[in-house]
Amino acid sequence: MIIRIDGIDETNKFGEKLGSLLQKGDIICLNGDLGAGKTTLSKAIGKGLLVEDYITSPTFTLINEYKGRLPLYHFDVYRLENGEELFDLGIEDYFYGDGVCLIEWAENIQDELPRDRLELWIFRGEADNKRVIEIKAFGNRYDSLVGELKR
Amino acid sequence: MLTLAIESSCDETSCGVIKDGREVLSNIISSQIDIHRRFGGVVPEIASRKHVESINLIIQEALDEAKVGFNDIDFISVTQGPGLVGALLVGLSAAKSIAYGLNIPLVGVNHIEGHVCANYIEHKDLKPPFVCLIVSGGHTYLIDVEDYNSYTLYGRTRDDAAGEAFDKVARAMGLPYPGGPFIDSLASKGNKEKIEFPRVFLDDKTYDFSFSGLKTAVLNYLNGAKQRGEEIVLEDVAAGFQQAVLDVLVEKSFRLSRELGRDKIVIAGGVAANKGLREMMETRGIKNNIGIFYPSPRLCTDNAAMIGSAGYYNYINGKTSPLDLKVMPNLSFLD
Repeated sequence: MIIRIDGIDETNKFGEKLGSLLQKGDIICLNGDLGAGKTTLSKAIGKGLLVEDYITSPTFTLINEYKGRLPLYHFDVYRLENGEELFDLGIEDYFYGDGVCLIEWAENIQDELPRDRLELWIFRGEADNKRVIEIKAFGNRYDSLVGELKR
Repeated sequence: MLTLAIESSCDETSCGVIKDGREVLSNIISSQIDIHRRFGGVVPEIASRKHVESINLIIQEALDEAKVGFNDIDFISVTQGPGLVGALLVGLSAAKSIAYGLNIPLVGVNHIEGHVCANYIEHKDLKPPFVCLIVSGGHTYLIDVEDYNSYTLYGRTRDDAAGEAFDKVARAMGLPYPGGPFIDSLASKGNKEKIEFPRVFLDDKTYDFSFSGLKTAVLNYLNGAKQRGEEIVLEDVAAGFQQAVLDVLVEKSFRLSRELGRDKIVIAGGVAANKGLREMMETRGIKNNIGIFYPSPRLCTDNAAMIGSAGYYNYINGKTSPLDLKVMPNLSFLD
């Protein structure tokens, strides 16, 4: 599924809708260049999950945890060089835990990700504020999530 | 009074011995000793395992350099959060074991409070109240320090930390990591008025910050110039970007000090090492008759000495922690 996004309002609308549909154990991977809008989209997804705190960039802290309708574990694996470091962080406890995992720069740890997941690839559009998001679903849960998103 | 301080919230393991909250007898930071050579193996960059492997060695080194033994220590100071859970656990477990073994008090410290207290080490006569701007790779806070251990939060970032904006823009410009110091030095050779980048919330009433839009504006500028085949003068980009960050940081710090009637502004955290920030604060400080304080570069980064200073002021105010103290990866500034 490919969607075209025109500006921040549409980003927010899409992210909030996705956030409102998420369930316990969901893994959402965000990929895209620096400045593509991964953290902006994360904020909107957090809003859809009813997180009230500011969602700030986890680039330095690696993992930020929030309380919402479900716990939100917001990762940024930009600084990680390999999957081994992830296991030292205890990432499996988060993947198979009681909340939603949102992983920025997930492509850096492709081999370590659970097989079932939703991938969002954000590309810049023809103008500065336009974006194209390509959505890839892996597994039944995410096929039906994409079905709900289309509605 | 001596405290053994332990800090392991992120990448660095650090231990130190601090006397009366102000005097550093030792302050050992893991990246500064050759653990690779001593262990003969590769140590992962970001891993709690790295802390496990190095912590005992660093504690011993801290005691040796201070020329004291375990029995000379009066209490233990340790970072409780915020930080990475695995990394924090290593430091806290070590701290608890030592406190239990020696039967001395344990004091859990907020890492951010540690950054503030780094200034007490650097400036022996500095006393609250003052306004403090804490700016690092992971944190951006504007607070009022009414007294030791008494803080009010006024502003924080809504997206990227100030130091993170520096590192990400540096990366887009092809500069090495961490990029802050490179931007700072390029900026000093550039024209800060050549390229106008946005100053988010500058005139807003809020004391909050936002740097994500500025980062994107710099990326858009770089992409646009590349596409149009224009020459990119990195010095001017760095100067324009840095000035956009500093204008907001400095303006809000002075506005808060004016509102509260404070006569001192203290800078803390890694970005406090930025020369542009220091100069701009000092120039404006002279004009407004406000004293500007910041730590030396070594005390700006994560280190145990600052945790020992914060621990001391907690301890003398009767704030000690139980031995079942838990790490708090999300500890906020007001907890």
